[in-house]
Amino acid sequence: MMKLAGVAGIFLVGFFGAVAYADPAEDTLILNEDIKMVTKTAAPAHLSDVMDEVYSGWLFRGTETRAMQADDFDNPGMLFVEQAEGVWNTVEGSEDKSCASCHGASEEMAGVKAVYPKWNETAGEVRTIEMQVNDCRENQMGAEKWGYTSGNMVNMTALLASVSRGMPVNVAIDGPAQSVWEDGKELYYTRTGQLEMSCANCHEDNYGSMIRADHLSQGQINAFPVYRLKNTKLNAVHSRFKGCVRDTRAETYSAGSPEFIALELYVSSRGNGLSVEGPSVRN
Amino acid sequence: MADGVKPRVKVPKTAAAGDTITIKTLISHKMESGQRKDGDGNVIPRSIINRFTCDFNGQNVIDITLEAAISTNPYFEFQAIVPEAGEFKFTWYDDDGSVYEETKEISVS
Amino acid sequence: MELTRRSVLQLGAGILVVASVPLKAFAAGEDLIESFTGGADIAEGGVTLTAPEIAENGNTVPIEVDAPGASEILVMAMGNPTPNVATFKFGALSASHSASTRIRLAGTQEVVAIAKMQDGSFARASATVKVTIGGCGG
Ligand code: HEC
Ligand code: HEC
Repeated sequence: MMKLAGVAGIFLVGFFGAVAYADPAEDTLILNEDIKMVTKTAAPAHLSDVMDEVYSGWLFRGTETRAMQADDFDNPGMLFVEQAEGVWNTVEGSEDKSCASCHGASEEMAGVKAVYPKWNETAGEVRTIEMQVNDCRENQMGAEKWGYTSGNMVNMTALLASVSRGMPVNVAIDGPAQSVWEDGKELYYTRTGQLEMSCANCHEDNYGSMIRADHLSQGQINAFPVYRLKNTKLNAVHSRFKGCVRDTRAETYSAGSPEFIALELYVSSRGNGLSVEGPSVRN
Repeated sequence: MADGVKPRVKVPKTAAAGDTITIKTLISHKMESGQRKDGDGNVIPRSIINRFTCDFNGQNVIDITLEAAISTNPYFEFQAIVPEAGEFKFTWYDDDGSVYEETKEISVS
Repeated sequence: MELTRRSVLQLGAGILVVASVPLKAFAAGEDLIESFTGGADIAEGGVTLTAPEIAENGNTVPIEVDAPGASEILVMAMGNPTPNVATFKFGALSASHSASTRIRLAGTQEVVAIAKMQDGSFARASATVKVTIGGCGG
């Protein structure tokens, strides 16, 4: 499977020097010796023209990094899930309520993360899970909103992801969400920056390539938030988008911006069928 | 005491007398190495967990001296013998003088 | 790391950027061994050091040391500015005299474990870990 054909391949060679290729790992992720995760599956219908299979970023990481995610104790991201569990049960705001007062145990939220971003009928908007959490804080609890990529927020999204682990990502892309999804798709394929590269140039045309020593994945977000070995903390989806856009030497959008919300919906839909994995471990 | 420091330990709840068990420990801690600089170019002072011990019913299992090269959120895995029912005691010592403790009971079948 | 043209050109020369071990740190590592062993002879074998050949990020590198019959194991990263990493002392209830942890490595280098045996002898093991530099994501 040699993928370095076409303009994008030449781009990569031009920018990164020799580009090697390596297949995704032949490995199965079984969480806590219990939950079998889907890290590789048939591409969703809307991608059938461009790829046959979708892969979790887990398959592109090294042996030790993969192992760290397979056990909750070894996964440092779970420390932050525990912190969020404390916050879930803490009363805050003018209404004297905690998340638990209305939602019960955090496990009751199983399945929620799998379908976000999602159209909210009342608000008439596509909501990421961060937006929904802040909506609850502001309008249900009478508490202050959290910063979009703040520690509290990313920890809470890790808790919400953790209780959905093993469930397939299944975001809706039709109906009222469709126009936002189209916007996201356009962003995904638009070449930006001095390098004039789109997300697709790297994550669709060249996954499997080694960019320097980094094994390029499909850039899926089924596994967010991710604990990165590099900065030893949880990283939100929009933070990762920012990093990738910046690497093409382009002006980046801000976390929580309409552009990144649309991009998140679109990128999520490229992973429909993969298991929710967050919090995962990446390099 | 540094903010948000939280120990976690994983110990089986039961074992047969004389068994070997695996223990895992993790504590949330920045492990500031003393080698990084802040935005203004000033060295950020070292602040690490410098020692970790595990004892069982007063007898030592392991005693580790940590330097700044141990990663953020220090993780250890090691093996202990369980001669009888009792209590594991885990202690982390912070540069700032704080001491974090955690205990786990184990029964013998 | 930003993909400026200059850095890209430099990287074109070689995929792995191998940090050279500063001589000063190396000497510090040797001094540390000297003070741990008191200058005694060190045998090869008797201690096992398990480390990845290639680490995806130098900030978090999993390692394991194992030395049956050891009372203490000193672990060093010879290319770090401060080579000392950790010392494991095994107590009466330690089962296997092995331990795993995660360490920081400033670039590709040799990791060394020196075990002090209960009979007062010393053993040494080492492993070279390549530390890679990522391509994206700030
Ligand atoms: C006063 C009750 C109340 C509190 C307190 C509350 N929520 Fe909610 N939450 C709701 C309601 C009602 C909805 C449905 C809102 C909607 O569909 O517009 C909801 C929806 C959600 C959803 C989306 C569920 C789905 O199926 O789409 C998430 C996630 C969520 N809340 C998280 C939280 C978190 C985290 C907290 C604490 C920080 C919290 N909520 C506090 C009432 C509450
Ligand atoms: C110059 C090539 C390049 C471009 C362009 C690029 N990325 Fe990336 N991206 C990478 C590399 C390298 C990584 C790290 C290795 C990996 O996980 O694929 C990465 C990682 C990611 C990840 C993390 C995946 C995981 O499993 O943790 C996501 C998500 C992502 N990129 C999304 C995007 C999006 C969205 C865009 C467009 C806005 C984009 N990337 C543009 C190179 C690129």
